[in-house]
Amino acid sequence: MTVTVSDTSTAIRLRENRVTLQKTVTACLGLICALGVVVVIAALLGSEKLPVGDTLCSLVSFGTRQCGLTNDQFDILFQIRLPRIFLAAAVGGSLATAGASYQALLRNPLAEPYLLGVSNGAAVGTMLALLFFGKMEWSRPLMAFVGALIATFAVYRLARGKVGASPERLILAGVIVTTFLSSVIVFVTTLMDATRIRSFTFWLLGDLSGATKALLPLAIAISIGGALVLTFNARSLNLLMLGERDAFDLGVEVSRVRTVVFVVASLLVGSSVAASGSVGYVGLVVPHLARLSLGSDNRISIPAAALTGALFVIVADTVARTIIAPRELPVGAITALIGAPLFIYLLKRA
Amino acid sequence: MLEARELTIKYEDRTAVQAVSLMLQPGTVTALIGPNGAGKSTLLRSLNGQLIPTAGLILLNDQPIEQFSRRAIAKQITVVAQEAELRFPITVLEFVLGGRFAWAANSGWGWESERDLQVAKTVLIETDLTDLSGRLMSELSGGERQRAVLARALATEAPVLLLDEPTANLDMSHQAILLSLVRQRCDSLGAAALVVTHDLNLAAQFADIVVLMKAGRSIKVGNTGEVFTAELLREVFDMSVLVDAHPISGVPRVTPVHEVHRAN
Repeated sequence: MTVTVSDTSTAIRLRENRVTLQKTVTACLGLICALGVVVVIAALLGSEKLPVGDTLCSLVSFGTRQCGLTNDQFDILFQIRLPRIFLAAAVGGSLATAGASYQALLRNPLAEPYLLGVSNGAAVGTMLALLFFGKMEWSRPLMAFVGALIATFAVYRLARGKVGASPERLILAGVIVTTFLSSVIVFVTTLMDATRIRSFTFWLLGDLSGATKALLPLAIAISIGGALVLTFNARSLNLLMLGERDAFDLGVEVSRVRTVVFVVASLLVGSSVAASGSVGYVGLVVPHLARLSLGSDNRISIPAAALTGALFVIVADTVARTIIAPRELPVGAITALIGAPLFIYLLKRA
Repeated sequence: MLEARELTIKYEDRTAVQAVSLMLQPGTVTALIGPNGAGKSTLLRSLNGQLIPTAGLILLNDQPIEQFSRRAIAKQITVVAQEAELRFPITVLEFVLGGRFAWAANSGWGWESERDLQVAKTVLIETDLTDLSGRLMSELSGGERQRAVLARALATEAPVLLLDEPTANLDMSHQAILLSLVRQRCDSLGAAALVVTHDLNLAAQFADIVVLMKAGRSIKVGNTGEVFTAELLREVFDMSVLVDAHPISGVPRVTPVHEVHRAN
């Protein structure tokens, strides 16, 4: 059956502030440019001052030319700073993407990997991998993924009563899982020798200083791949924001989309926690900012959140490593410091 | 068009629907009436595959409904429920465009086509929401929101409409507007509608066929004159009613005979 489209409708001007492909591409290109600028600025800043012109020259050549940089400066730039910046981008992008899709799927603006206990699940997985398979680096993201997935399903099952998952139940379930896993973390920590406990506490708060060469490509690949997969489910997520029943009625394969989001988000959280610990608030604040400025259509807010998350964590980490240089703060302390007040402000505005 | 054969739906130990058969024909409006807990909503929810029946068959265009994909069903059957809770800001136009999901070439990313926009604009005109299309759903009144829910269902272009108490929150005039839109879809485009309602007089006015349910069973199926009889309604609702003819339209008019004693 088809609706006869009336001729008069073309004459009527609707306030078309809806999201289009063009608007999405424009927003994303703008954010990618901003990301490029921030990467360069972050590469210049640090306890070791690098000459601006020579650094730019060397960056533009993608490290094939040393320009005027000394060997030490060149190594600092390409062996230390850039890997760390790229890891920050991957972690920020991953957490923001995961947060944005949890919020849409669970119909809850407060859903966030950190708050739902998913980050803690990944942290427990990483710690167990370190304890039992310390030599095998790849076991960490793998175990973190498994931990995140188990925590996700635990929260989801706990939140789902006979009448379905209500947003309030979900947050309560997240609190229960988070506190339970926190005590597991404390228990595992006591099994470690005293020298490792300090670096562990640092890592738990979110720390990017341990950027390892081996895991960096994996983290980048997962963040980009995950953001793409979730963006390609964005229209289904738009309908899921209105409730699972509405989404089902309109043709969304609800259980398939739910499984995709849970698995991909767990991968995203797992890989970023394995690399940098639990960086909090990124998954909460960044998607809120994206939605406030671009609207709640996930086709634009998920890719925009991914890019903004990358920007946000690069900036936060640059602050973390320069503010009391040569000493460093854990990046999680900075994101929480920026995130918590901003979130209160956002809540008041909403 | 849509047919249910000997449908039985059980929740754990309770039987909500017991061997109910139902046929929705093009161009007809079927009203589903009965007391609370009769299984009306459960039956409606099973007809688009949301609840899996314990026994019985649902046929969509003579094919078992399980053979269709989720999106194929959504193109054929649309549900108008009472408004959902909105937790994220969404404009009326975006909300209505949600009805075009099943038509997208690609289920996830898919951007709306020119035709999707045209259909949305047409149903916005039909439901008198054009001026509100850029407003947020949360800014609308209850009646306007319910109209947007109907507009989204009409935007699916599905020939089968399932409406679950669509007029429960509406005032008299909005009830009439909403039901006349449904009536119009059936009359001019050959759609089939099933309306669950508690308003017997409204059902008598707009329905061609009435299905009367009690305790999960279908008690009587027929035209309004056959179902709206004082004996039958008293039996099903456990209450005395007066049935006479509406002075203008001549359709059956049901008046409850209350036995409430006022202290004065």
